[in-house]
Amino acid sequence: MSAPDEFIYLLGGVLCVLVLATIVASFLKKRVGPDDADPVIENLVARINAWWAMAALLAIAMLFGRAGAVILFGLLSFAAMREFLTLTAKSRADHYALATAFFIVLPFQYYLVWIDWYGLYSIFIPVYAFLILPIISALRGEIENFLTRVSETQWGLMICVFAASHVPALLTLQIPGYEGKSILLIAFLVVVVQGSDVLQYIFGKLFGRRKIAPVLSPSKTWEGFLGGAVSASILGAFLWWMTPFAFWQAFLVSLLITTMGFCGGLVMSAIKRDRGVKDWGHLIAGHGGFIDRLDSVVFSAPIFFHTVRYFWSTV
Amino acid sequence: MIANSVLAHVTANAIVLFARLLTAVRAIWDGVEPIPSKRVYFANHTSNGDFVLIWAVLPPYMRRRTRPVAGSDYWLTSKLKTFIGCEVFNAVLIDRNPETRTDDPVTQMAEALDSGSSLILFPEGTRNMSDASLLPFKSGLYHLAQQRTDVDLIPVWIENLNRVMPKGEILPIPLICTVRFGEALRLETNENKDAFLDRTHAALLALKESGDAP
Repeated sequence: MSAPDEFIYLLGGVLCVLVLATIVASFLKKRVGPDDADPVIENLVARINAWWAMAALLAIAMLFGRAGAVILFGLLSFAAMREFLTLTAKSRADHYALATAFFIVLPFQYYLVWIDWYGLYSIFIPVYAFLILPIISALRGEIENFLTRVSETQWGLMICVFAASHVPALLTLQIPGYEGKSILLIAFLVVVVQGSDVLQYIFGKLFGRRKIAPVLSPSKTWEGFLGGAVSASILGAFLWWMTPFAFWQAFLVSLLITTMGFCGGLVMSAIKRDRGVKDWGHLIAGHGGFIDRLDSVVFSAPIFFHTVRYFWSTV
Repeated sequence: MIANSVLAHVTANAIVLFARLLTAVRAIWDGVEPIPSKRVYFANHTSNGDFVLIWAVLPPYMRRRTRPVAGSDYWLTSKLKTFIGCEVFNAVLIDRNPETRTDDPVTQMAEALDSGSSLILFPEGTRNMSDASLLPFKSGLYHLAQQRTDVDLIPVWIENLNRVMPKGEILPIPLICTVRFGEALRLETNENKDAFLDRTHAALLALKESGDAP
């Protein structure tokens, strides 16, 4: 258990923000009065409480280094895929394919990240799982909606497992002059992406008027997106000291991941709308399900990983 | 004896924990509150795990007083099943075969209610392996309602467990399950058997549909 000094500074910063948010929320709650509860403020308080728990969990996992990150994101993948397949999987003929996805593909992917076998973990799901799972389903002889069923399972694995596993995979990058600090890349990614989500929420609530995709998500506005993404990218730029990036590079990388994160939320909303649900699950009070919180992370993590690997890493 | 009851308690908690990890099961109390009054929970039956899920979502103090009604022809066939059926779940075991049985199932259930327990009952009588959402009810629920008119009958719809573990599969897959509790029913005066069974059957199906609507 050891963390670079920068991690402690960042944790201190996050702590200050959470304390501030808690104070502001309790002030807002007082102003409304105890008698007429405002659902927006109730939801805000639930969200902030959940943030405390999520920040604590992430911090603890990161103190344990690669083992902590691999186990935490493995469990998050499990919970996310459970939500995803609850909305899709309908056929008994896929039972073995789904069991394989959950109990073999998922742990094996994280095992590959753990042993740092880049050559296999970067293709295992898109190549091997992609080809083998439909074979297992086909052997059961059920043809109804075959392509739909196979694609849904494949998509679940790509989003919930493959993409999510790129967060702990950041720890395997070798960057000259940054040895022993790669845990900070995870911290940077999570703070910028989640910061962007929070800032988009705040900008959207305060200034949101023009809806980007009213059918998909009534809460996503141009004002919210631009305000949130730009301010979170400025936040990312000011975190340059904990990254291998220069100030302007940190800004551009942040802009890339906040944009991907926003698009992730949009795509996952489209799936929810199609299935007629508002949230992916119910386990994180105020936020919904795990995918509701992870959608932006999983869309930005692989792009962030490959950007850093291409421009900064030696392997 | 004490060792056995400790083992039963630990096993019960382990089974509930496993069910929660696998299904993240959630209770929706839709027209009735989780309070420890004397009740008969009647539910759809698609899997051996059905009453585990109902059990898992009940508050612990209610769990200890809520007994499943199950077939002795299944639960007494091996030592392990007997331990789980009798010790862990404290089931009211009834003989489903009228030829061989010595006790009347309805009397057994009524006695369990009289001793302060609530019951979990699957009025379809057997696991539903068909494509229909719900099989016709057996008459047990009616006879019990007739004998104990002061007991609330609570419809309970268990969603998704048949996909977690379809018939004939041994390996469960993790999917989110929901247990929905509906408004209490009682036998009305002058209500005959068919009318009562139709009404309770319809109430359970209506509960399913209220969950299907987005």
